[in-house]
Amino acid sequence: MTSFDAIVIGGGHNGLVAAATLGKSGRKVLVLEAAGEVGGAARTEEFAPGFRVSSAHLLNRLHPEVMKTLELERHGLSFGPIAPSVALSRDGNPLTLHGAYGETLTGTSASEQAAWQEFRAQLLRYAGILKPLLARRPPDLGNMSLMESSAFAMTGLSLRRLGKEDMRDFLRMLLMNVSDVADEHLADDRLKGLLAFDATLGSHLGPRSPTSLLGLYYRLAGEISGQPGAQALPAGGMGAVIAAILSAAKSAGVGVRTDAPAMKILIERGRAAGVVLDSGEEIRAKTVISAINPRSTFIDLVGTRELDTGFVRRIKNIRMKGNVAKLHLALDRPPEFSGVDATGHRGRLVIAPSSDHVERAFNPAKYGEFSPEPVMEITLPSLADTSLAPDGACVLSAVVQYAPYALKEGWETGKPKFLKAIMAQLELYAPGIGKLVRHAELLTPADIETRYRMPGGHWHHGELQADQMMMSRPAFGASGYDTPIDGLYLCGAGSHPGGGISGVPGLNAARRIIEMRG
Amino acid sequence: MPKLSSARLTAQSHFRTLRLGTPFQPRIDALMKTNDWYDWGGYRAPASLWDEELEYFAIRSQAALFDISPMVKYRIEGPDGEDFLNRVTLRDVAKLKSGRVHYTAWCDDEGYVLDDGTLFRLAPDRFRLCCQERHLPWLLDSAIGFDVSVLEETEAVAGLALQGPTSVAVLREAGFAGVERLKVFDLAEFPHEGGRVTISRTGFTGDLGYELFAPAELALSLWDRLWKAGELRGIRAIGYTALNRARLEAGLIVANADFVTAEHAIRPDRVRMPDEIGLGFMVDLEKGHFNGRRAIAQARAKGSMRHVLVGLEIEGNIPAEHAIVYHKQKKEVGLVSAAIWSPMAKRNIALASLSRPYGDTITDDLWVEIYAMRELRYERLMKRARIVPRPFIKLDRRTASPPADF
Ligand SMILES: Cc1cc2nc3c(=O)[nH]c(=O)nc-3n(C[C@H](O)[C@H](O)[C@H](O)COP(=O)(O)OP(=O)(O)OC[C@H]3O[C@@H](n4cnc5c(N)ncnc54)[C@H](O)[C@@H]3O)c2cc1C
Repeated sequence: MTSFDAIVIGGGHNGLVAAATLGKSGRKVLVLEAAGEVGGAARTEEFAPGFRVSSAHLLNRLHPEVMKTLELERHGLSFGPIAPSVALSRDGNPLTLHGAYGETLTGTSASEQAAWQEFRAQLLRYAGILKPLLARRPPDLGNMSLMESSAFAMTGLSLRRLGKEDMRDFLRMLLMNVSDVADEHLADDRLKGLLAFDATLGSHLGPRSPTSLLGLYYRLAGEISGQPGAQALPAGGMGAVIAAILSAAKSAGVGVRTDAPAMKILIERGRAAGVVLDSGEEIRAKTVISAINPRSTFIDLVGTRELDTGFVRRIKNIRMKGNVAKLHLALDRPPEFSGVDATGHRGRLVIAPSSDHVERAFNPAKYGEFSPEPVMEITLPSLADTSLAPDGACVLSAVVQYAPYALKEGWETGKPKFLKAIMAQLELYAPGIGKLVRHAELLTPADIETRYRMPGGHWHHGELQADQMMMSRPAFGASGYDTPIDGLYLCGAGSHPGGGISGVPGLNAARRIIEMRG
Repeated sequence: MPKLSSARLTAQSHFRTLRLGTPFQPRIDALMKTNDWYDWGGYRAPASLWDEELEYFAIRSQAALFDISPMVKYRIEGPDGEDFLNRVTLRDVAKLKSGRVHYTAWCDDEGYVLDDGTLFRLAPDRFRLCCQERHLPWLLDSAIGFDVSVLEETEAVAGLALQGPTSVAVLREAGFAGVERLKVFDLAEFPHEGGRVTISRTGFTGDLGYELFAPAELALSLWDRLWKAGELRGIRAIGYTALNRARLEAGLIVANADFVTAEHAIRPDRVRMPDEIGLGFMVDLEKGHFNGRRAIAQARAKGSMRHVLVGLEIEGNIPAEHAIVYHKQKKEVGLVSAAIWSPMAKRNIALASLSRPYGDTITDDLWVEIYAMRELRYERLMKRARIVPRPFIKLDRRTASPPADF
């Protein structure tokens, strides 16, 4: 029987990053992926004959440390141009944020442009303070002296670099809602709608929910090509990102097995000893790293018998009911969004006409109903990568909110109704689009859960809100990638800092394991 | 009075009786002469009934009947019952055979004791857990992933302790045939009034004694059956004061008297690991995972346990209740949680919690400071204390098999 230094459960991008980093350290590593292909929610799949797409469609936070450590450029990754964001408007007057999150703004008044520049600079400055905290391992409060932890807080926040007034405003705003903050600075509803959308994307929050600004900071703490807040549709699609990470892993000697769902983590005398596959096959290793959802890891694979009751309670209490649906359209030809130019069509198109609109879209989600007028983020990935669609045809990929995981009426009957509501919105902004549809695939959170084995279909593998961040992520007792089980680590989006295609949890976990000599 | 509000008033009767009666209350009320009640987990329980001194001697030389119905009881049943209890409690339940009882305790994740109690294995898949505190949410959450049901049965099951040298004779006289065959910690079921009563040879006195559990509906007939059978064998009803003396002689600890349970402790340094309250012997690190295992193993490895519970013998005859313990008469090192002049041991005894290394590696030159109130003036006494093994008394009749008849 072969045995490994480390087994990584789950071949999502974080699992692959962790495996590659550990492989580079000289460890013998095996990745086990349940699906037929690695990549998790970033894998590219055919959804209609000749049409391919990936659920995660935009890159805005793949971390430079990950790029560097795994030499992803050498492994073929290139970002392509920075993509603009277009705040669509029904009257054909969209507002466009060019460059990295609106270095320049077009489609609005000169005074709004000036206000935006000032506000944007402030947002990036404050997101920059949080950036180091969202990049390193969170501190262990238990084993840290007060001196150390306050020192961490001080250096981490690098608050000292801010002027007095700026520091005061940073602290004032930290737990505010995005809507109130935007209202303090801006007048344009389209711009405020876009910010509201970006701040709440992937979470169970409306723009007026307390702390919703954190979501925007989280986004702006990401960067592409050294430009904070930037986004790209990578050349070759998300599949190319996964291919580059996979190539790095393989050249580090990592073994990858697909169609190999892990059923159980073997535990002997309180220590992880290996993994049992659903086939019953047992593979042993000194260290087991779970790159899948924390709840699945502990409740299903470890099992409550090996855990303490209080810990089980905390794991069960992690909120992870997703609100995002994913729409894939196979179109006869590229659609035309009113007033949007060619570069705009290659960027990110957002339907979120105002902050109030986003809030109203959120309201029914609180009571288990979908938004009758959903908000969404649209890309046309086949424009940049023609291999994704047959000649002349087009792929539309849209992330749509709000679609509560536990829909009261059930998704079986709810899904066709929700698809209709989404198409009605699209029609308003791209008249005639409905007639171009050859095939439509709508993934509700329930579908996402099944397809990617993501409980709740949750973007971040657990709500990314203040109480589930930093050392409380995913829950006390399992933060900082360690777990109560010796030799078992976490490295997926459910761990600090959270989800999105960043590779940070994977990289940090691998570094932690190397530091702990695991 | 308008109809609506009178209906409402009847529905609100609960707050008119803030202390509940137990299924035995009519009998206890009839025997109550001192009107000396206390609150036991929300129940009206006798501290004494007629004379606390004589009640104590009923335990040691006759047969004492004590109502333990307020004790919290859980029924745990299912194919995973043993695994579940192994995960929750400290001792190895696989070693507890059907028809046996053991004394055990359970901890939270941090290894701090939530409670201690007795676990009855009524059948291979059926258990009863008896304790001081309520734990239903904890037990139910602990049951996630186990094929087991946990049912609160405190109200449904009435309990009696029958303790003392003539207790076996009383039971035999009452017609519980074969009861004398029960060894210490054995249990068996006996017919009673068309139902069943579970009798175990257990107790909280360090004496020969039994505990009886029956459905609440059978409580009064059970009481009467024992009372009648005990008439010529000195059966007496007793209250907690007498029992408390007996348990102290037996060296047994009481939750929230000798230690603060983890869920009750407000101050962070008041919680205790099993090793800190003399329950370290229960911890079975070999049996597989249980709540608090990692924390306890780690604390042991690091030597980070900070307290120790000891038995003390104190010079003189003045009980040192809640006295401060000193080293070299100077340094404060602990506190007495329970103390009496023991009539059986003829010694002045106490349980105390000391801060390590005192009581652990430093055991000499210990003193207690007793304030004796003498006609409105405190006399401060500094008395020498010696750490002695528990129990303070050992009665052969507790374990003799078969027990002596009377
Ligand atoms: C609809 C949607 C759209 C999104 N869009 C974007 C976007 O545009 N940009 C962005 O940055 N982020 C986006 N995200 C978020 C992003 O996709 C996730 O945060 C990210 O995929 C998390 O990566 P991961 O590697 O931690 O986990 P995952 O990608 O979930 O990968 C986990 C892997 O583990 C496998 N697995 C699960 N259980 C087992 C098992 N028992 N045994 C073996 N393997 C198992 C799964 O099959 C999967 O491959 C989106 C999320 C959703 C849901």
